[in-house]
Amino acid sequence: MRITCPICGERDRREFYYQGAAVALDRPEADAEPEAWVDYVHVRDNPCGMTRDLWYHEHCGSWVVVTRNTATHEVIETALASDIKEQGA
Amino acid sequence: MRIEGKGLIDRGQQINFQFDGHSYQGFGGDTLASALLANDIALMGRSFKYHRPRGVLSAGSEEPNALVTTGLGAAQEPNVRATTLELHEGLVTKSQNRWPSLGFDLMSLNDWAAPFLGAGFYYKTFMWPKALWEKLYEPVIRNAAGLGALSGKHNVETYEKAYAHCDLLVIGAGPAGLLAALTAARAGADVILAEEDTRTGGRLNAETLEVDGKPGAVWAEEITAELAQMDNVRIMTRTSVVGAYDQGTFGALEKVPHDVSMRLGAPRECFWRIVAKRAVLAAGAIERPVAFRNNDRPGIMTAGAVRAYLNRWRVATGRNVVVFGNTDEAHRTVADLQDAGVHVSALVDARHHAKCDLDVPFYAGAEVCDAGGGKRLESVTIRTAKGTENVQADCLAMSGGWNPTVNLTCHMGGRPTWDRDIAAFVPVDGAVPGLSTAGACQGDFSTHKCLEAGVAAAQGALDDLGLKRADVVAPAAEDGVYDIYPVYAVPGKGRAWLDFQNDVTVKDVKQAAVENFQSVEHMKRYTTQGMATDQGKNSNVAALAVLADATGRGIPETGTTTYRPPYTPVSIASLGAGAQCKGFAPERFTTSHKATQEKGAPFIEAGLWYRPSYFPKAGETHWRQSCDREVNMVRNAVGVCDVSTLGKIDVQGPDAGAFLDFVYTNAFSTLKVRRVRYGFMLREDGHVMDDGTTARLSEQHFVMTTTTAAAGQVMRHLEFVHQCLVPQMDVRFTSVTEQWAQFAVAGPQSRDLLNDLLDTPIDDESWPFMACGEVSIGGVKGRLFRISFSGEHAYEVAVPSRYGDSLFRTLMTKAEALGGGAYGMEALNVLRIEKGFITHAEIHGRVTAYDIGMGGMVSGKKDCIGKASAARPGMVEESRERMVGLKPVGEVKELIAGGHLFDKGAEAVSANDQGYITSVGFSPTLGHNIALGFLKDGPARHGEVVRMVEHLNGVETLCEVCHPVFFDAEGGRTRG
Repeated sequence: MRITCPICGERDRREFYYQGAAVALDRPEADAEPEAWVDYVHVRDNPCGMTRDLWYHEHCGSWVVVTRNTATHEVIETALASDIKEQGA
Repeated sequence: MRIEGKGLIDRGQQINFQFDGHSYQGFGGDTLASALLANDIALMGRSFKYHRPRGVLSAGSEEPNALVTTGLGAAQEPNVRATTLELHEGLVTKSQNRWPSLGFDLMSLNDWAAPFLGAGFYYKTFMWPKALWEKLYEPVIRNAAGLGALSGKHNVETYEKAYAHCDLLVIGAGPAGLLAALTAARAGADVILAEEDTRTGGRLNAETLEVDGKPGAVWAEEITAELAQMDNVRIMTRTSVVGAYDQGTFGALEKVPHDVSMRLGAPRECFWRIVAKRAVLAAGAIERPVAFRNNDRPGIMTAGAVRAYLNRWRVATGRNVVVFGNTDEAHRTVADLQDAGVHVSALVDARHHAKCDLDVPFYAGAEVCDAGGGKRLESVTIRTAKGTENVQADCLAMSGGWNPTVNLTCHMGGRPTWDRDIAAFVPVDGAVPGLSTAGACQGDFSTHKCLEAGVAAAQGALDDLGLKRADVVAPAAEDGVYDIYPVYAVPGKGRAWLDFQNDVTVKDVKQAAVENFQSVEHMKRYTTQGMATDQGKNSNVAALAVLADATGRGIPETGTTTYRPPYTPVSIASLGAGAQCKGFAPERFTTSHKATQEKGAPFIEAGLWYRPSYFPKAGETHWRQSCDREVNMVRNAVGVCDVSTLGKIDVQGPDAGAFLDFVYTNAFSTLKVRRVRYGFMLREDGHVMDDGTTARLSEQHFVMTTTTAAAGQVMRHLEFVHQCLVPQMDVRFTSVTEQWAQFAVAGPQSRDLLNDLLDTPIDDESWPFMACGEVSIGGVKGRLFRISFSGEHAYEVAVPSRYGDSLFRTLMTKAEALGGGAYGMEALNVLRIEKGFITHAEIHGRVTAYDIGMGGMVSGKKDCIGKASAARPGMVEESRERMVGLKPVGEVKELIAGGHLFDKGAEAVSANDQGYITSVGFSPTLGHNIALGFLKDGPARHGEVVRMVEHLNGVETLCEVCHPVFFDAEGGRTRG
């Protein structure tokens, strides 16, 4: 599997650490209801098809949001997590 | 028998080799199989289950029968296919799965017992008594059935792995692959041409067909020569592409020729990961054997193999050959044999309409239905509409048609489709993104069509790559029509083999269907058809045709089993190349490693690091003696310990303080410059992730320490929190673990020792507890932290790594002069347990701040990672297992980490479990064992006596629950 790091270019997946769903970007407010926190910390979808997840490129230290298809393994898009976060997406 | 003619062998190069202890000669260019056949050796192995005599079936990597063991001693390699094993001087080989010899194999008694050994016999036969399965049945069966064996010794050979990138990967260098590579190369694409054989050309090397008016092999050599001269082409022979993976990644195994691999340091095999923007599969096709009674006799082989041995290696596979087929290739086989002067006694063509213009006894609409002989074929029985006829023969060339090698197109979930016209499965377009197919592997069986398909596939790839098409035209070549009458299994009594490698017969497949294993995947597993080294390359299609027939379905409805990588066997050694021994776990050494070794200290692994356990002194015979002495030394004088392995992360930026507030439970923005603070961080689920101290060197500059094992995890976590949660914060992190050598100097005399070294001495006022700052040691700029993991008046002093060795030796010498010395991990552990300090033995991933008695350190004034989850009900209940100290009070004094805690009178079963012990040490300070552990509602139970039970060692100890700080609870010694 090949993943394009926005900083370094296309790389073998062995250079990356897999974290999990990009839901982790949307941290609730400190005073949010416990249900919101449970959703954020524990509840995950297991989609057959499109998914967005977080990968860490160990070589440059970038956290990358990878949009990919779990059925075909196609990687559709990659972007820096910090860019997505700052753009408020 | 070797015959006249050129072929593709070098008669000038005579090669001596051994098979089963006998010496033979072959020529350069021979495989073991061709050389043995040239020496009239037809018997090369014994079958898996029945130990039937077996000869070579094929001339390629699909070979199921002729498996041998090569080499001697540790480097012995089993299950090497004789058909692909290049002959080299001094090659030693032996046959497998026979005892005492290949000619006389006692286990062939199994063949007489065959009626009892059909599909699934072991599931049915060895049911009772259950206890005998592991002790008796399985070992006996495993011993009787099988392939070659490993030496059982450590393999000292070198293996390698490598990576390659290209625009176009062409898999297979037959006519289609060669022209695909040439077309792409002439257009300027970066091309890798991978071929599993030792030479390019594919079937052209085995046939007498012409291309462009020249012998096919000559044409192939010319094209190869042109490719070899181009800078943008890499030709990789002896390289089998074994798997297709995501995003154009392919796995390939390269076998290094013997003369090269014998050079010092050269590998035997190299496992390649090839990343290709586009790929063309030109893998060719594999000929199908036909199942009929006794079709496994040595001397019966595929017609394509007979032509290959004849044309490429100039070996006649028999003196009296019968040819049996269902396409025009049977006729071509006869013609080739007759041209070479080999007698052909019959041509049997299953097609009723077939005509024959050769001078040979011809049987149209007929089939071979039995074979006679033992260790060598002696006769075949031909059945026609008129009856049966016996014909003498020592070789039968059989062909049931060709199966396109679709394997790689199915590695990403694709399924091939059935093509009725050629009676075979063909690949589906787009099954592997970026990969197209060309030639025989997509069902084009004429040479000209293969050549055209090679050009077309390359042109398509060039379009995709945005390169201008090259002007290549497929040259003139054979362009026959593939006219097949499908024959999979000839009806009749007796055993007819489908899968030679696993001894699976037509009867077995029918039996599976009868017993309702009707899905092809079930049939495979019930009969073992399609397993082992050939993975059913020779048998899959015929077996599922038989299954389809037995279940009343068509072949397309029956479908195929799943094709999985690897296409050909790959040694674990090549997959794991570079990861053997220390390569599996590289060693990290501290700057004090050498000095520590010189002191005779045994090492203990901490992650990849090696740290000293203890520093034995003369006269000490037990580690506890050294450990006790070192603990006393720190408590009474001064000790020195390398703590460089702890993770050190430089945190800088205007928002550094605010960021640390967010990752740590307690506040760091309020920390004064030149001060250190202890902190711990939580995971977002509320459990403790790691702990350590962080020093503020200047307003915007902090240095964080992590535990040794968690350094990488914490670094990743910091980057995660910053980039994914608070990217607006202006802060950066760098790991500086290896930049600094850091030593703990601990004990009442620690300051005296340091003042002997520091260019400017310190005192309690300039350097109070938890102070830090820059210091100068002999002109070298270092850092000094007054922190303590031992509970004593202690410091950690850091210098750039290149000074580490020197500083450690100096510290050790000066400590010894003060009645102290170096201490190791054992003493460090005892010192911290005495003080109730935690390590990852305690913060093992399932404990909260509340559990370790530090709930108060989670600041109420600010948010931090994990705070919300840590506050959930259930995370702060008194009944949770919480940290306590434990000391033995009964007769038994032993405490063991991992032991569980029970109420004094309760039975030691999990339902009564009250907690467990995490750390244990013998405290020389207190004179008994002490432990840290977790106990339900522990802090409320100080003074209570509980029972530790450790089932592994059968130890039961009564212990008193106490506060986890065993020594100097007020901390006076640290501050003093």
